[in-house]
Formats: sequence, structure tokens, C-alpha cells
Amino acid sequence: MLGWIAFSSLAGTILLALGGLASQAPPGDLSQIFVDGEISRIVRHTVLQAGLSTLISISLAIPFARALARRQKFWGRALLIRLSSISLIIPTMVAVFGIAAVFGHNGGVNQALNALGFERIFSIYGLKGILIAHVFFNLPLATRVFLSVIESLPGETWRLARQLGLGPVSIFRYIEWPLLRSVIPNIAGLVFMLCFTSFAIVLALGGGPKWSTLEVAIYQAMRFDFDLNRGVELAFIQIGICLLLVVLFSSTRKGFSFQATQNRSELRPDTNHSIARIVDILIITLLGAYIVSPLLAVFLKAMNPALLQIIVRADFIQATLSSLIISLSAAILALSLSLPIAFLYTDLQRKGAARKSMLLDIGSALILVVPPLSLGMGLFLLLRSMAGLSQLGLYLVILINAMLAVPFVLRILQPAIYASSQQVDRLSASLGIRGWDRFKLAYWPNIRKPVGFALALAATLSMGDMGVIALFGTQDLSTLPLLIYRLFGAYRMEEAAVVAMLLCLLCFALFWFIEHLIGDEKSSDAQS
Amino acid sequence: MLKAEIKIRYDTLKIDCSFSVPAGTGAALMGSSGSGKSSILSVVSGFYQAHHSEIYFQGQRLDALEPAERPLTILFQDHNLFSHLNVWKNIAIGLSPNLKLSAKQHRLVEESLDWVGLSGMQGRKPGTLSGGQQQRVALARCLARDKPLLLLDEPFAGLDEKRQQEMRDLINRLMQEKNLTLLLATHQAEDARQLCDQVIEVEASI
Repeated sequence: MLGWIAFSSLAGTILLALGGLASQAPPGDLSQIFVDGEISRIVRHTVLQAGLSTLISISLAIPFARALARRQKFWGRALLIRLSSISLIIPTMVAVFGIAAVFGHNGGVNQALNALGFERIFSIYGLKGILIAHVFFNLPLATRVFLSVIESLPGETWRLARQLGLGPVSIFRYIEWPLLRSVIPNIAGLVFMLCFTSFAIVLALGGGPKWSTLEVAIYQAMRFDFDLNRGVELAFIQIGICLLLVVLFSSTRKGFSFQATQNRSELRPDTNHSIARIVDILIITLLGAYIVSPLLAVFLKAMNPALLQIIVRADFIQATLSSLIISLSAAILALSLSLPIAFLYTDLQRKGAARKSMLLDIGSALILVVPPLSLGMGLFLLLRSMAGLSQLGLYLVILINAMLAVPFVLRILQPAIYASSQQVDRLSASLGIRGWDRFKLAYWPNIRKPVGFALALAATLSMGDMGVIALFGTQDLSTLPLLIYRLFGAYRMEEAAVVAMLLCLLCFALFWFIEHLIGDEKSSDAQS
Repeated sequence: MLKAEIKIRYDTLKIDCSFSVPAGTGAALMGSSGSGKSSILSVVSGFYQAHHSEIYFQGQRLDALEPAERPLTILFQDHNLFSHLNVWKNIAIGLSPNLKLSAKQHRLVEESLDWVGLSGMQGRKPGTLSGGQQQRVALARCLARDKPLLLLDEPFAGLDEKRQQEMRDLINRLMQEKNLTLLLATHQAEDARQLCDQVIEVEASI
């Protein structure tokens, strides 16, 4: 019952947002969209940009994952893998700042190029910057998936490969590639989708309208051109294309897990090859530096005199408070929506109600189809007759961030709840433990860890959000990512560095605190 | 008297059976694995909705009741205990689903622990006990719950010969002290010989 309520409020909000968009749609004009030269240019450029980002991320991730699988004892390997797992929660604006610091005008890369005698300065703005930033986020994501796929191979496979004397090339061709090929369509689809709907990176590094995505164009239409009709047109195009992509990719969906598996790669026969060793170490060092250096740069640049001034400045304090309020409220809302849905889903699955659980799948996919800015604009159009932007902004930012976090939270909770239900449902039913008692006594001790992790993830994702807040931010409503964007745009790099570092630290602290507060077992259970 | 008439149609499984067990006696459901012994127990205990079933115990029709409302306790092959709760809580939760116990119920938990020979173990988690001890904790809960009908679904399967005999002895004592009616699914003739007065052969027709 609770599950259906949560599910319908989620699906209902999305449908309301679509209704809000439709109510604004200029009649008859929608057919014009397809012949609109500018829109088709945006779509073409976005497809090219997302395609390149995906291609580069995937083709670098394969050798990277392979090198990490072969070099079990490489120094810093654990740190790299850990960083790869959390790449999703690094706030976009922190990464953007870090990337600009490394690859930008005065960054390390350009200084090195200069020292080598190259005249032309490498510019971060434009397609190059977008690609560097997209690869920065998606290379670790893809690497993590590929690595876990390779490490899921049983030890027997490696023993057999050793017995048959397979070399590095044969191992890749006959053992690793067939496995990777089965997950590549799925992960490539995800990366493409993320880059296609990318907002903050394109806004900050795009360097003008040439490489703007639909999300950025919607933002421009709403915030700068005040052209709502145009915004609605763009939103519908965006939703249409996302729907197409989701349908396209879900047909190839196979499902992969982020779970670390027990590691048996030390049996691999190709680790002692001397050329392979040099190549692996080169790959890990280069790509590792690529992932680590922007974060390192943020911390190094933040060590400047502005540090002490900023932490007492009113705009910083206000942004920090808003960020905390938004992230905690959104996380709690996301969890309150996801928990009942996860229980409902488990119930339907166990009863074998395939059609109903498919309905839930489609409902969750809806969130992916309606990207944040379109969602925000739809809800705003619907509600604007009742209240102004300044009153609605905060609530809409919380609501949309919560909805964006729901798929992640569900993905973490769902398997945990399903697994505990198999363990405790029959026994609970036979002892008459139901409702709140069943949740508290039978489920909670088993799921508190994943719940803590999910809540921490939702809070950190919302804390780093630089999508919805850009649409609704005002003088009075600003968050830390928005503050970084404003400072970055005004070329106040020293201050931007300080805020970026503090946001980064705040995210890690928040994640750690929530995960342990919820996830750690109290010692009171030891004795009755 | 336990009287049952059950029809099961599930994929390739097809069972038609009817049997009765006089109160205070034991009956063994015997047959190869996959023959549907567990399915019959699931229907009697209320976990599985059969195509058709009429189950009576002491004249009371059970079919519409929830598993916890039926006058029975069932012991499965595994997952009889909550792995995150200690021994004491695992028994107490059988008396009160929210773990709030009266003084009398407190004594009952102590007594049943003592009865299965596990007093002093109340603070331990199931993971730190052997398989035989875990099943004894579950049996202690059966005793504390004091329901007149006991269903056992291959409860000795993971135990060695010595522990199996210990369990059979405990159940025998329990049956006599409480005048229990027993329905047991097993594929071991020894269980049936020691605990049961009749054997019901289960053979699924395909």
C-alpha cells in the first residue's frame, strides 16, 4: 500500500511536469521543431560530443581495467580503485575547477608543453574541455565495471589458460574480450546518456553556444532569453531523444554489478611478461595521474590567502547552509520514496507478478527519460500561477534532487531487501511478526548498512548538484556548486579553488558521517 | 485429529492426497526429493496456496488462517533463526512479535533454553553456534510457543548421526510432555521408525 503511494507520487510528479510543459506548448509549433536549423545543429553536435566522449572513455577503460587486473600489487592501486568507485559523487564543479587548473591556460599541462618548446597554448574551452571532463568522470565508471567483470572470472579459467600456454593476446581475444563485449553496450549506453544530458560541464567548459547540449540550451532559453516557448520545445525534443535512447539501450540491457568480487587474478599467466609489465605500468601511471591530478590541483590551489577570508564571508556561509539543507532534505525524501517502492517491488517479485513489477521498472526509467532541467521547467510552469520563483525555488530543488537520487537508492536497496526477505519472511510470517515489528526486528539489522550507504550517496549527489540549482538559483538561494560556478565565471580562481576544496571536504565528511551514523550496528544487541 | 485433503498443480508437480493424523501421534511424509513433501507441509502451515485444500485440526478449519494464526509451529531445514538476533531474542520473538515480554514469558524462555540444554548461551548469535545447537534453539522456541501441532521439514538434514539422535530424543520427549501431534517430512526411515506411528508415501505424478 505504502509502496504504491510512493510509486504513484513519483510517477505522478513526472507526469505533472510533462503536463506543465504541454500547457505551455505553442499550438501547432511542435512540428516546426524538426525543421528548425538551430535545434538540429544542437542535436547533431551533442550526438557527436557524446559519441566521442563514450568512444574515448570506453577505449581507454579497457586497457586500464586490464592493467589494473594484471598488476595486483601496483602501488596506489587500491586508492585508484576506490577513487573510481566514488567518481560519481565528486561534485561536477569541483572536477571542472580541477581540470581547468591542470589543463587550463596556466595549468601544468600547458606549462609542460611550453617548456618542450610548443608555442600554441592548449585551450580548455570548447569540445576539448568537454571531452576531458566527460572522460574524467566516465573513464573510472567504465573501468570499475570492466575490472569487476574481469575479476569475476574463476581461478580455474586462469589455471586452464596457464596450462594451455596462452599469451597476453590470446587471453584478451578468447577470454577477456568475449566477456567485456557483453557489458560494453550497456555501459556505453549509460555513458552516452550521461554525456548527452550533461549540463554543468558543458555550461562551464563549452566556451559558447557551439557545443551546447539541449540541457544547456533549455537553461539559456529560460534564464537569459526568457523565451519559455523555446524552452518547452527544447525540453520536448530532449525527452523524445532520451526516450528513444532508453528504449534502445534497455533492449541490450544485461545488468552488471558494482560488487567487488573475490580476487583470483594472481593466477593469471600473463603477469610476468616484461613488455606487458612496462605497458601496464605506463597505462596505470598516465591514466591514474589523469584521474588524480585535478583533485590534487584543487587542494593545492586552495592553499592561498583567500582561504581564511572566504570561510567567514556571508555568501559562503549562506551557500553552505543551503547546500546542507538541500542535500539532507533531498536524501531523506529520496529514501522515504525508495524504501516503500523497494519493499513493494520485492513483494511483487516474490509473488511472481511479472507485469506489475515491469510497471515499476518503467516508472523508474521515466526519471531517466525526463532530465532534471526539463523536469524543473515543467513543474515550475505548472506551479508558477500559484507562487513565484523565489518561493518555489528551494522546494523544487529539493524535490528534483530527491527524484534524481531515487534510481541510485533503489539500485542499492532493492537487492539487499530482496535478499533479507528470502531469509526472514517465512520465519516472520510463521511467528506472526508483521508491519513495523517486522521492519524493525527482522529487516533493519540486515539492511541498515545499505540504507546508510544509499542515504549517504543521495546526500552527496544532491550536495554536488549543479543542474537544477542553476535553473532556480537566485541572489538569495545559492549553493556551494553554484558559488564555485559564479566565482569561476568571474575568473576569481583563488576563491573558486577554496570553495571547491571545502565542498569536496564537506561531501566526503557528509558521506562518511551518514554512512556510519546509520550503517553501524549499535552494541546494545549483544546482551538482552 | 489432523485431517487434510490437498490438491496441488504447479508446473509439472501434481499432487492429490488426503490423510489424517490422530491427535498425539506422529506421521511421516516420505518420498524422494522433489516429490512434494515440502509442498504439503507448506500448504498445511499456510505458506503456499494449493489448488484445493481442506485442512482441519481438532475440528477447526485452518485454510483461511494466516501462518501465525494456525495452531502449529513449523521447523524448516534452515533459516529457522534470525541471524542478527541473539539466542534469547530468537526465542522471545516467538512469544511476542515486538520482544516485549511479561515476567512469566521471561521464565518460559529460560525454561525452554534449559530444556534443550543451552542455558548460558542466551547472548550468543546463531552464527557462533553449531548446526545442531541452532536447531535446538529453534526447538526451544517451539516448546515456548506451545502449539499443539508440530511440523518438521527435514530438520536433521545438515546434522551428523549423533546430533540427529539427540534431536530425535528431544522431539520424542517434547511430544510426550506436550501431547503434540507431529507431521514430519523426511527421507530417512529411521526418523519415521522412532517418531511416527504411520508413514504417508508421497509420490508426485507427472
